[in-house]
Amino acid sequence: MIFKGNVWVFGDNIDTDVIIPARYLNTTNPQELASHCMEDADPDFSAKVQEGDIIVAGSNFGCGSSREHAPIAIKSTGVSCVIASSFARIFYRNSINIGLSILECNDGIENISIGDELKIDTDKGTIRNVTTGKIFSARPFPDFIKGIINAGGLLNYGKGENVNV
Amino acid sequence: MRMTITQKILAKHSGKIFVEPGELIMAEVDLALANDITGPVAIEEFKKAGGRKVFDREKIALIPDHFAPNKDIKSAELCKALREFAKEQQIVHYYEVGRMGIEHALLPEQGIVLPGDLVIGADSHTCTYGALGAFSTGVGSTDLAFAMMTGKCWFKVPETIKFIYHGKPNPWVTGKDLILHTIGEIGVDGALYMSMEFTGEALSYLTVDERLTMANMAIEAGGKNGIMEPDEKTLEYIKNRAKRSYEIFVSDDNADYSQIIDYNVEDIQPKVALPHLPENVVNVEEAQNISIDQVVIGSCTNGRLEDMRVAAKVIKSHKVHPYVRLIVIPATQQVYQDMIKEGITEVFIQAGAVVSTPTCGPCLGGYMGILAKGERAIATTNRNFVGRMGHPESEVYLSSPAVAAASAIKGKITHPAEVTSNDI
Repeated sequence: MIFKGNVWVFGDNIDTDVIIPARYLNTTNPQELASHCMEDADPDFSAKVQEGDIIVAGSNFGCGSSREHAPIAIKSTGVSCVIASSFARIFYRNSINIGLSILECNDGIENISIGDELKIDTDKGTIRNVTTGKIFSARPFPDFIKGIINAGGLLNYGKGENVNV
Repeated sequence: MRMTITQKILAKHSGKIFVEPGELIMAEVDLALANDITGPVAIEEFKKAGGRKVFDREKIALIPDHFAPNKDIKSAELCKALREFAKEQQIVHYYEVGRMGIEHALLPEQGIVLPGDLVIGADSHTCTYGALGAFSTGVGSTDLAFAMMTGKCWFKVPETIKFIYHGKPNPWVTGKDLILHTIGEIGVDGALYMSMEFTGEALSYLTVDERLTMANMAIEAGGKNGIMEPDEKTLEYIKNRAKRSYEIFVSDDNADYSQIIDYNVEDIQPKVALPHLPENVVNVEEAQNISIDQVVIGSCTNGRLEDMRVAAKVIKSHKVHPYVRLIVIPATQQVYQDMIKEGITEVFIQAGAVVSTPTCGPCLGGYMGILAKGERAIATTNRNFVGRMGHPESEVYLSSPAVAAASAIKGKITHPAEVTSNDI
């Protein structure tokens, strides 16, 4: 898949309480969750973010809770892709399972700035910073994960004969 | 062909003789667990995918504990969705308010999770059951929906870090202090994607409750699971609880570890994790004199009977500081009842504390003790992220029940030895 969008930058250890505070977990409505996304890090994030925008963050993005509400909230703001130097394990699984594109990239992404325009090719694992001209490479997904994504998520994947890996 | 305890459990549940780190497997689960926050999302996904009947109504646990007893109308709707699904599917391990407890305290206590099990839960602290020698790990709601349909879950076999705790713990040093020390040393992503295997002589001094606390916080170092080999104390704990057979697994000598880390626990003193990450760990002395507004003793980390006994021992014949709210939350109905029997509840109430019915409540900023702007709490919970217990400008300090109780008396972070000469 190819994504093009402007960047929002966050730091290391962005936890699931920052992505969607537990005080809003009394709903499962994606739009309602989106309206509080990243609120405790940037109270205006959900108002400012545009369809297709890209989040770039440091290490251990999505640490903490198993709440699937976190990737759902991000996806429902219109964010097309999250790039981080590493992801917390459960957030990583949940993003794949609900179809939020994520890329693990250690290739100097700290040099990407807020507002930069990126062009991402998830199949090739390339990230081009259109604003600065720099190109970064990300770790591509293992085939098994690609299979889940191509099936349109885990539950569709399970409907096939893929259950016996 | 040597394997760690984690590899052995994963191999057994995927029908293989050997699995190696990095290998992708599809494994059968012994139990799939969800709560009132993650369950409704899993149920929606289950239905959307055309699910009609769960794979095994005895191997699913649905526990309304986070915002229950219902904190508001929306939470009531979530609990209702969980209850209706449990009824419709005849789920055996559904626990209604009045019988429920915090999931990770309740399931071991009731003998629902046992050594050698493979357990997944749509809650990150599912890693708790590793203290009994089970492989257990947190997943999301979609994984849980998939497991409810198929009885299966996919895993990447993790590498293992072995932690060896040498020596005998110092006075007032508990399982909580050992795990806080560990997270402080390796960081909140120090065990990212990995299994954390806890071993060593020091563990033999810990109660099973303290061991559950240690495994519970493996996730705070990014770990996939935390696990310990069962010993005599484990078997004693299991003896009158298990209602089915189970299997004991132990790591092979010379199994492959990505890293082996040794700690001499005689060098470890009671700890506190400062805001806003569980890795910001210091000795209590370095945090003393930080004033606090609220103390929470409870949660899936430290809401068990042993935790309450220790806290009561510290608080006995003292009063809670005039400007401090001490909120005590037994993790299960059994703990609640045992506290009454042992006179612990009376100790807390006479000291000026509130004793609540079981709930996760304030730990994740749900209710029952939310912090205002600028307020500070010391809590026996597991996370101190920004806004975790309330206002984004409030602060949470993590500690053991003994340190939390001493702090409630003084109104500031306090070493328990300062308020009582009784050792634990």
